[in-house]
Amino acid sequence: MPEPTVTTPETRVLLHSKDEELLVELQGDWRITETRPSWVALLAGSAPKRVKFVWGALGEWDSALLLFVFEVRQWCRVKGVYCDLSCMPEAMQKLLGQLVVVNETRMTVDRSKDFVTVVGLAAQDVWAKTQEIATFVGECVISAGNLLKLPRKFRWRDCLEEMQRCGAMALPIVSLISLLTGLIMAYQSAILMRQFGADIYVADAVGLVMVREMGAMMTAIILAGRTGAAFAATLGNMKAGEEIDALTTLGIRPVDFLVMPRILALAVMMPLLALYANGLGILGGMAVSLGVLHIPPAAYWIETQTAIDLSDVATGLIKASAFGVLVGLAGCHSGLRAERSAAGVGNAATSAVVMGLLLIIVFDALFAVIFSIFGL
Amino acid sequence: MITDLNIPALDVAGLECGYDDKVLLRDLNFQVKRGEIFFIIGASGCGKSTLLRHLIGLRAPTAGTVKFYGECFNGAPADRQREMLKRIGVLYQGGALWSSLSLLENVMLPLEEYTPLDAAERAELACMKLAQVGLAGYDSYFPAEISGGMKKRAGLARALALDPSIVFFDEPSAGLDPLTSRKLDELIVNLRDLLGMTCVVVSHELASIFSIADRVVMLDKQTQGIIAEGDPRVLVKAGADVRVREFLGRGDDAKVAAIQNQPSP
Repeated sequence: MPEPTVTTPETRVLLHSKDEELLVELQGDWRITETRPSWVALLAGSAPKRVKFVWGALGEWDSALLLFVFEVRQWCRVKGVYCDLSCMPEAMQKLLGQLVVVNETRMTVDRSKDFVTVVGLAAQDVWAKTQEIATFVGECVISAGNLLKLPRKFRWRDCLEEMQRCGAMALPIVSLISLLTGLIMAYQSAILMRQFGADIYVADAVGLVMVREMGAMMTAIILAGRTGAAFAATLGNMKAGEEIDALTTLGIRPVDFLVMPRILALAVMMPLLALYANGLGILGGMAVSLGVLHIPPAAYWIETQTAIDLSDVATGLIKASAFGVLVGLAGCHSGLRAERSAAGVGNAATSAVVMGLLLIIVFDALFAVIFSIFGL
Repeated sequence: MITDLNIPALDVAGLECGYDDKVLLRDLNFQVKRGEIFFIIGASGCGKSTLLRHLIGLRAPTAGTVKFYGECFNGAPADRQREMLKRIGVLYQGGALWSSLSLLENVMLPLEEYTPLDAAERAELACMKLAQVGLAGYDSYFPAEISGGMKKRAGLARALALDPSIVFFDEPSAGLDPLTSRKLDELIVNLRDLLGMTCVVVSHELASIFSIADRVVMLDKQTQGIIAEGDPRVLVKAGADVRVREFLGRGDDAKVAAIQNQPSP
């Protein structure tokens, strides 16, 4: 095992030529981790008629010796030279036999699929996933019905805990990001407004964009990364640990028990967070206006009030609530259909974030169209 | 390479194992002879797996030494330890195959890291190792596509990739049905006979203990150490400690009686 306590005999092959027969004497230690002698190099151009192995003073040997003997045997077969292996001990004969079998019968099974199959499977997959999502949304609707029918049985405790986790605990990051968003928007709009001497309209721009769009959007993006991924990881882990199965066999619908409290928590907390984000965004704009454009905060605030009315705030909050539901759905759906493995949980978290962001943007566009139709 | 055949393959002296401040096992002393199938047995929670983790260098013992072929492992410098680890194979409980690699790639990885062989030879050797554990033809499968028993076999093929002189097995029968478990036991014996490696097995599976163990040490939670050492077939009826006889004689009374009535070897 470790380096020998006595001197190591080197890996050696002694060649003795006798008439046309070549005696190959094997000596020393043969370790697979060391470089073994090359047969062709040893021969140095000579062409024996017969090769006979001699089991010399061998120390420890392993697959390295096996590969060497095999190499010689293969060379002999190609050259049509007789190879005498009679000196080999039984274990070596057996191993050699195994290697020969592998060498001769080994065929790599081609398990790749042709293009048409791949396309077909992908299409099937898309269809199956669509069905899955539709089923999941349907189940959530049924659960929402159950919630309205029997509010007593709802897991309010879980729901409150989730609210705390996705709402209150997200405040620091939401604060920072929305403040900076307002700040950035103020700087960008100041560039344009200054050209017309209309500096004060920075307040309108920041206020409107924040309240109608960015407040809800930034909060939703933060929660998609923070909470959606956490939902997927938690539920994925529960699935891997057969906790979901345990619920099902008890006759409890996992969607009732696990999904609804989470979605409700997000749907309630997201508008509140968005409202908070709106305020901080406006604050950020105010700070830039004061520092860079020298607009007093009071003036800024009055200008903001003239620009925004309650319907603007309402559109933002409606969107935020919808985004909350979407992020929750994406997170829980990814978690519930996760593969039962560590990698599966990781994939579920990833897909929860990707799906959440995608849904947020798509629905934001939809809302833009709908609100413009209603003139909001 | 090692001329003195009397040096034990594994020599544990005064070993103390534990996590953080909690000592689980203290003052362990045992030796494993070359080519022996040696079992570390004991009830759940007695620290068998902890001991194994200390033996293979995943955790450093708080006191004592682990010697492989007379050379101290736990005190050696890191690069020397790495050198020594090349000659140790470990079969983890679930096979611990790398899930992103096919079975062939799993077995080839140690060869790729540590041998000067070219790609074709590596593949051939890895294929042979897979064939030796009865997985010929499964080279291109991924770990997720095969059963638990096959994962263990593949794990064994990987453990054998560098022709180790000592192979450690962590609960080889865990999660396997009796028949699959017996086949794995037979495989271990056959490979030991063919390749001559030393096997150190952590297990509490009585069937395996009685069918393949040459010698066992039994650990106990209360004693925090070894309470018996020797041939299980002798210990079951002549063990000094009642806990040993109880553990080994658990379950089927008729079977135990049959074992106890056998002449001890």
